[in-house]
Amino acid sequence: MPPRLELQGITKRFPGVTANESVSFSVAPGEIHALLGENGAGKSTLVKIIYGVQRADEGTILWDGAPVSIGSPREARALGIGMVFQHFSLFEAMTVLENIALGMDNPPPRRELEAKVRQVLDTYHLALDPHRDVHTLSVGERQRIEIVRALLQRPKLLIMDEPTSVLTPQEVEQLFETLRQLAREGCSILYISHKLHEIKALCESATILRAGKVVETCDPREHSTRAMAEMMIGGSLKDVKRKSGGEFGPVRLAVDGLSAPGEPPFGTSLKEISFEVRAGEILGIAGVAGNGQNELLSVLSGERHHGVTGSIAIDGVPSLALGVSARRSRGLAAVPEERNGHAAVPGMSLTDNAVLSARRRKKLTVGGLIRLGAARDFARSVISGFSVKATGPAAFAGSLSGGNLQKYIMGREIMQTPAVLVVSQPTWGVDAGAAAFIRQAMVDLAAAGGAILVVSQDLDELLELSDRIAVINEGRLSRSLPVGSVSVEEIGLLMGGVHGEPATAEAA
Amino acid sequence: MTTTLLISILMSVAGAATPLLIAALGELVAEKSGVLNLGVEGMMLIGAVTAFAVAVTTGSPVLGCIAAMAAAAASSLIFGYLTLSLTANQVATGLALTIFGTGVSALAGAPYVGITTQTLGLLFPPSLATDPIWRLVFGHSPLVYIGLLLTLGVWWFLKHSRAGLILRAIGESDMAAHSIGYPVLTVRYLAVLFGGAMAGLAGSYYSLVLTPMWAERLTAGRGWIAIALVVFASWRTGRLVLGAYLFGAVITLELQAKAAGFSFFAPEFLSSLPYLATIVVLALISAGRRNARLAAPACLGRPFRATA
Repeated sequence: MPPRLELQGITKRFPGVTANESVSFSVAPGEIHALLGENGAGKSTLVKIIYGVQRADEGTILWDGAPVSIGSPREARALGIGMVFQHFSLFEAMTVLENIALGMDNPPPRRELEAKVRQVLDTYHLALDPHRDVHTLSVGERQRIEIVRALLQRPKLLIMDEPTSVLTPQEVEQLFETLRQLAREGCSILYISHKLHEIKALCESATILRAGKVVETCDPREHSTRAMAEMMIGGSLKDVKRKSGGEFGPVRLAVDGLSAPGEPPFGTSLKEISFEVRAGEILGIAGVAGNGQNELLSVLSGERHHGVTGSIAIDGVPSLALGVSARRSRGLAAVPEERNGHAAVPGMSLTDNAVLSARRRKKLTVGGLIRLGAARDFARSVISGFSVKATGPAAFAGSLSGGNLQKYIMGREIMQTPAVLVVSQPTWGVDAGAAAFIRQAMVDLAAAGGAILVVSQDLDELLELSDRIAVINEGRLSRSLPVGSVSVEEIGLLMGGVHGEPATAEAA
Repeated sequence: MTTTLLISILMSVAGAATPLLIAALGELVAEKSGVLNLGVEGMMLIGAVTAFAVAVTTGSPVLGCIAAMAAAAASSLIFGYLTLSLTANQVATGLALTIFGTGVSALAGAPYVGITTQTLGLLFPPSLATDPIWRLVFGHSPLVYIGLLLTLGVWWFLKHSRAGLILRAIGESDMAAHSIGYPVLTVRYLAVLFGGAMAGLAGSYYSLVLTPMWAERLTAGRGWIAIALVVFASWRTGRLVLGAYLFGAVITLELQAKAAGFSFFAPEFLSSLPYLATIVVLALISAGRRNARLAAPACLGRPFRATA
């Protein structure tokens, strides 16, 4: 039997870069095949070529043994290629059914479609109410919409682009069950990820890309995750070095009974959030996106005051009434999730971006005037101290790659030696090398006596970084558990909505 | 006697409500696709003067109505080109369209000031409407019935047709619609054109039904009420009819109060009521934040630039 999909010598060049260079691999019917690689390794471009969004400059695509030309997503769907995107293209104020109908080329009448949708939901044990409005759904449920949308077209090859980045561990397991069932029925699956333990658990073969080239094709069940990670980055992996068993210092950030209304129309309100972070300690906050993380961050940074009750104390000084700048002066630095437009102004230089957040603590302004020399020196020291790849302090923030800009932003805050650092998604969309660097920098800041609060959806990251972990769910914060004594399953249960006490088996 | 008075008041309520309803239907469809066109007043004036001029020249009010729709749709095309193709700011461009419409209608209408023309006739034979009660059913201008039929049509289109679903999706998230493969700009152009045609039809009502004459600024700010009406109805077709007749009643009441020399409070206060009501509705919408369906289309007023 010929492979379902075979790529031969696919090359794609963009001005200045070669995204893919003679990439060849094949996927058999019913096989779950992983496409592994760092950000920028060329995975997305390759997938876009398979799905007809972009065209290869050279090379052939064989479908069931015959060469094909895929000119558009519509043609890809006609062949039997389905795709679930990393960023969902959903319409918030519409129902699940309407969303599914919008994603189909020739949807049947509503009643018929509903029957078909329910049939797919039953067959694959997917829990989803077709009549709910999308904005009321969790991220996992939203992903199911995309999956149903793809499955309704009866695909022979399903492409999943980073599908688990926003799911709880339980949701991941459910997704894997669905995918395994699909594979048993003969549907091939191309699974794109950089999460190695997931690939070990799910996939039968893996193609590893580095800098646009295939460096290895292997069976992920036979290699350690460490070995595969080193193939991905093409070097040896550095662990985060930390001193263990150290005593923590005094409480630097104390939050008690913090409540705030959610931002309309889709925001989550914060309910009675209390926690403490001590000097030298890293507290991780896990949770599925949209459970109040953004609200918590903007309330802590001082961006939001309206309707906020409770107390926030920085080094014992009540600070709830203070604004952003005053909190910064007290030593609370915050790094929001969104790099472009929130943490940095893309259209301004790195120097100007440094002035925006460090002007008081680094005394970059005098009497309302910018000390340009000092600002430039500070920007330069961040660039060299955090090995940011940039042309210099005059480079626009928007010209940096995601990982480099994140390093710059983290460096800008950490080099102000804040008493308290509040960070959301510190390594979101950042390649493994830069991520390791950023994590090490946070650990070092804590070792120097800083208190750090990390909000992240990446559980592995939190387990590696944090001393204690708490889970935020529907705006409530669970009590925090020391990392050594907590299992991924327990945290997963808390993420899925079990409050308060440590989860027990029957709570699932 | 009182019945006759009541019926004549109800008749004029329907008369005052109809142009509001028609113009607001057009604006509703445009806004549902994500385009905020504040030029309704200007397009109505262009429609009103075109309708009058064509009716005077050809002697046919029906042709006048059709020409009004075409002229106003053409003016909305200017708006569409600037805001959709050139991604100009929709608010500023809409205001400019109103100013342009006011000026150009005054200029084009100058030769027609002081002339009267034949009005748009009744739809049903007058013999059906001799009894006052039956007059309430059969005695209206054709546009009153057309307005109600259009409402049904727009409701069905938005709620039940696939094209309407796509239009709403584009107003909700243009990027997502684009990535699925829907022609965002084409749909928005069509919605803007429909809005223009409806504004033109509403404008013709003023110069061919309510007053068979032309005067500068004939529509007297009713275009703004139509825009407020869309918000008041929280973007729902059913509530649009309700709102239009409510606002129509307020307008009628104001005229009646003025005619009767009512002095308990200034009758002009009544003319501010539609706007006050709209502000109240806006406040209620933002207070009742739980239901996103109550809120404006998420992409309303935002320019769309297709990438890749």
